[in-house]
Amino acid sequence: MQLIFDPLFQVPLLVGLCASLLLPLLGCLLHAREEWLAALGVAHITAAVQLLGAAVEMSLLASGGLGAIVAVIAKQLSAQQGNLGYALLMLVGWATLYLVAANSALGESLAHALSDGQIFLVGKEQLLAMLLVAIPFLVCLPWWSQRLLRARFFAGYEQANQLSAWRWHGSFDLLTALLLAFASASLGLMASFALVVLPAWAVFAWCQTWRMALIGSAIFGVVGYLLAFALALSYDQPFAPVQVSVLLAMAIILRGVVPKMIKKS
Amino acid sequence: MPLLSLNDVAVGYHKPILTHVSFHLEAGQVLGLLGSNGCGKSTLFKMFCGEAQCFAGTWHKATGIKVSIQKQHPVRLFNFPLSGYEYLRLMQADTQSMPERLAALCSKRVDSLSGGQFQLLSIWACLASSSQLILLDEPTNNLDPTGVSLLLTLLSHRRHEQGIILISHDKDFVQAATTQQLDLTALHQPDF
Repeated sequence: MQLIFDPLFQVPLLVGLCASLLLPLLGCLLHAREEWLAALGVAHITAAVQLLGAAVEMSLLASGGLGAIVAVIAKQLSAQQGNLGYALLMLVGWATLYLVAANSALGESLAHALSDGQIFLVGKEQLLAMLLVAIPFLVCLPWWSQRLLRARFFAGYEQANQLSAWRWHGSFDLLTALLLAFASASLGLMASFALVVLPAWAVFAWCQTWRMALIGSAIFGVVGYLLAFALALSYDQPFAPVQVSVLLAMAIILRGVVPKMIKKS
Repeated sequence: MPLLSLNDVAVGYHKPILTHVSFHLEAGQVLGLLGSNGCGKSTLFKMFCGEAQCFAGTWHKATGIKVSIQKQHPVRLFNFPLSGYEYLRLMQADTQSMPERLAALCSKRVDSLSGGQFQLLSIWACLASSSQLILLDEPTNNLDPTGVSLLLTLLSHRRHEQGIILISHDKDFVQAATTQQLDLTALHQPDF
């Protein structure tokens, strides 16, 4: 426990806390839009662009921003194909990522960092990037929630009323890509994806309301992250696989046990 | 000033499947659209959402009015935690004047409701919203006789500024629920 609060790990802890709070909330909205698989595709594309950026010495903020824009455009182009389109995004991103890694000295270490997670090595630049996304994300969340769910459940409403729906759909897509870019760069690709998918999947089965699901998934994400952070530090393990394992175990327990307990009571 | 006017409209996707459609809907009126399967009733609704194309004629919606559409198969996500109250809030629908039978459903998750219960809730979401123009596609789907009777009550208690267009195959229901009817069968163009 002392390790968690060691000043050496203060910045990494805060970066991870931001990501573990936001990614599950993002996951809830992506589940609502049936776009959770898109998160993996978008994360791979942003990671590939970030790696290309690192190869030409771009800053994290600049390469993350560029990656987000490329990912949003790629997602728009592949959206009509549904899950197949998102899988294609992921494959394109993955291939680019590892080809760039193989052909640049700096890239190789960064590619490993993206897959294993480098949370213990992140600095103030990552914290700043995360906060720059976290604040608008949390401010926009209620606004998005209302509009994105209405678009999902009352299809045709936006078109029939000629609403400027691009404002909420576009801003959500852009902040999603930015968040995934910065989270992947610190937690790792799969650890970020697990935080998008698993908390929502675990709590949706038994939460009675959307509000409860948002709160539940955020708590799930933060608790899972703290546990993984402590375990990885204490046992000197790579962070991302520990995080994914912890989240999986928590999700299976919550998904399997809580609904049965509710039924019994 | 009518809420909605159609003058000699031809509508379809790649080609017109319904032609020479004309009507005016005023506030307070309920128009029932009848017709055989595939004659283009739902396509007409889709034209208002930009999902189908107007090939000829003109249509005009009164400026500044809001439109609510209940589609033939309202979207319901399974394994999704949205309560009835939250569902209604998406359309900013009034929950104070809701009939008791519907109020009892509001605390439940939408994905736990029966088809008929969900159908009534989705109709209420449209009727109790601030929209002036309400489009209901097959509102009697999944409803038992009690549900149909409740639906008739909801429609008869509509707000005076609202105009409603509904599509149904049930002639008795259309007769009972509407102030005017239009049979689209003869306007269908299968081989236009």
